[in-house]
Formats: sequence, structure tokens, C-alpha cells
Amino acid sequence: MPDPADRRAWAALESVLDPEVPVLSVVELGIVREVSVEGDSVTVKVTPTYSGCPAMQTIETEITAALQAAGFQRVTIKTVYSPAWTTDWIADSAKQKLRAYGIAPPGSVAASPLVLLEGPSRQVACPFCGSPNTTLQSEFGATACKSLHVCHACRQPFEHFKTF
Amino acid sequence: MTPLFEYLLRLGDDRLVLGHRLSEWCGHGPILEEDIATANIALDLLGQATLFLRLAGAVEGSGRDEDALAYWRDEHEFRNLQLCELPKGDFGFTILRQFLFDAWSVQLLDALSRSSHAELAAIAAKALKETRYHLRHSAEWVQRLGDGTEESRHRMQSALEELWPWTGEFSYQDEVDQALHAQGIVPDLTALREPWEIMARDVLTRATLVIPGGPPRMSGGRFGRHTEHLGHLLAEMQIVARSHPGARW
Repeated sequence: MPDPADRRAWAALESVLDPEVPVLSVVELGIVREVSVEGDSVTVKVTPTYSGCPAMQTIETEITAALQAAGFQRVTIKTVYSPAWTTDWIADSAKQKLRAYGIAPPGSVAASPLVLLEGPSRQVACPFCGSPNTTLQSEFGATACKSLHVCHACRQPFEHFKTF
Repeated sequence: MTPLFEYLLRLGDDRLVLGHRLSEWCGHGPILEEDIATANIALDLLGQATLFLRLAGAVEGSGRDEDALAYWRDEHEFRNLQLCELPKGDFGFTILRQFLFDAWSVQLLDALSRSSHAELAAIAAKALKETRYHLRHSAEWVQRLGDGTEESRHRMQSALEELWPWTGEFSYQDEVDQALHAQGIVPDLTALREPWEIMARDVLTRATLVIPGGPPRMSGGRFGRHTEHLGHLLAEMQIVARSHPGARW
């Protein structure tokens, strides 16, 4: 049974949403590595999704604000890089939320060769109608973590959270 | 200056300078998807540069952070490959340079992800994941444009003739590499040359492009000797930070 203060810290973190995918909390996204509470101080270890992710600064500010609102006087955020974040860290429940939001969730990161220069990229099912009959439009979407696709069954363009 | 500090500047400066060149396409891409793609890749490269330069500052230990290293060094203190500073040219030139660099970068980062230096290995492993996406994207365009129309093939062939001699610098090594290689921190770059060239030749051949003969160009970026283009790039990149020192927003 976790300590009540630990639970309070985790609950606060669960209220912090990813600004670019505002249906997922930073906990569901899998970027919170460790939380340690000592009295009214808390240290949070986070890991970035992409090294150039422009949302990281906003996320850190919001984490600090949420923990302070939960009664922690001193909040320290440490950034860790190893092991590198992968989309496998996104919880299954969160993948359902992504789909409901209209973003095709990532598949699992299978052991793949160092470089995959050609061959079909993995099949992405349309988050709206479920059809596998879709085509990749662009490897890079509105944010680094998403690619652009179009569904031939329902004619809907959609985004895919890249398997990374 | 320690060898590790020097080496981290090389890694960071390649990505800072090439990221800046790519960002020049923002709002000028040939099609919307490529405008977005080049901006995304530039952002990844700037993120990687941030991590390498931050670690460089920590290793140096005299209080310089990544911003100090990016904005307050002059041309001769930059350690990037000359290939990275060449003007962006047309889209064919940009994407071909990106392909040559991405293919090299995948080999180098893969080797660095097994470095005995834990923090360097962690950053390399992260950057490698991103770079594999970049490579897939640039390799696809090289094939599409090389094996494309007469005009696109002509432009890609011209770009290759200009760019290929600059790739000699990829595997340039000196006492910095030797000192770190002996400690298991960095790989022997000459051993990466062959897998890189196999990959490059494979894609370029499929793109129907002909690799030019002739010797590689003289190198110098690793010890601060640059083309006339870097100074202009830095002037633009550094002007705001230098005009308003310490400004915050």
C-alpha cells in the first residue's frame, strides 16, 4: 500500500495532461519514471518523448504547479534519458483513449533491423471506422510524434501516434 | 579542453548547424507535407544538439550551458562537418545531404549507444530512434527524385557531384577520437565507413544516380576550419541572443 503522500503526488500527476494530446495524462503517456516524497518535498523523474519535444517545458511547469497545488512546498524535476522512452510505455487504457480521440494508437515496438529503408510501413487501422485499408500520407504530422494517414473506406484523414 | 568535451561539441555542432539549415525551409517547403517534415526533423536535430551541448558544458565544468555554447562561440570554435554548413540549395540538394548525413548518423549513434559513458550512450540511443525515421524519409525522397523526371534526376545528379566529396570528412579522426576510443567511449570511425557506404550506394543506385570519382575534399570542420558559409549562418542564428544578452521570455 503506497504511502498517502505518494498517492497524493501520483494523483496530482494524473491531472497533468499532455498539451499536444490533451486526453492523456503524463502518467498514462509513460514519461513519469519515478516519484519520491520526503516530507513536503517531492522529486519527479521524467523522460522526454522526443529529444526536441517542444512541450517538455510546458509539461514541467504544469507538473510543478499541480504538485504545489497538492500541498508540496518544494518540487524538483529531474530529466532522465535512459532507458529511452518508447511508445510501449503508453498504457493500454490510454491507447483506447487515443483511438476515441481520433488518433490511431501506436503498435508495439518489435525488435526491428537498424534501418528499414523500404517495404510497407506497418498497417494502421482507421481510428474512425476500423478499416485496415489506409495509406500513409506523410511520416511527419503536426507534431514529431504523429504521422498523417488517410482511410480509403470512410475517406477520413487521420493522425497516427507513431510506433517509436 | 578535454577530448570528451571536444567530441561532444562535434556531435552537438553537426546537429545544431544542420538543424538550422533545415529550419530555413520552414514556410518555403515545396509542398505542405515537406514543409512540416523538414521543420519536424530540424526540431529533432536541435533537441539532440541541446542534449549533446548540455553534456559538453557539464563535462567542461566552467559553467557554460547549451545556450552559451550555441550562441557565444565564434566560427573557429565550431566543430561541425563542413557538409552541414553548406547553403540549403534546392530541395533535391537539401534532401540528398540529409540522406548522406542520416545514413552516417545512424551508424555513428548506433555505435555510441554502446559507449562506456552511460550518459552519452543514453542520448545516442534516444537520438538513434529519431534518426531512423529521418533516414527512412530522406532515402525515400532520394529514390523518388533520382529515379524521377529528367529534370529531377538532373538536379539530384548535380547535387550528388557537389556533395559526395564532402562526405570524406565523416570518418576524419584525430587524437580526440583515439583517446576516447581507447577508453571504449567512442567507436573507430573508419570501421563505420564501410557499412555507411554500402547503405549509401544501395539507395543511390536504386535512385539511378552515379557516384562521382575523384578525391574527397580537404577536411577541417573538426578543428574549426570552415567554409565561408558558416559565418553567415552563425550571424543569423546568434544575432538575437547577442543583441540582448541574458534576455528571457
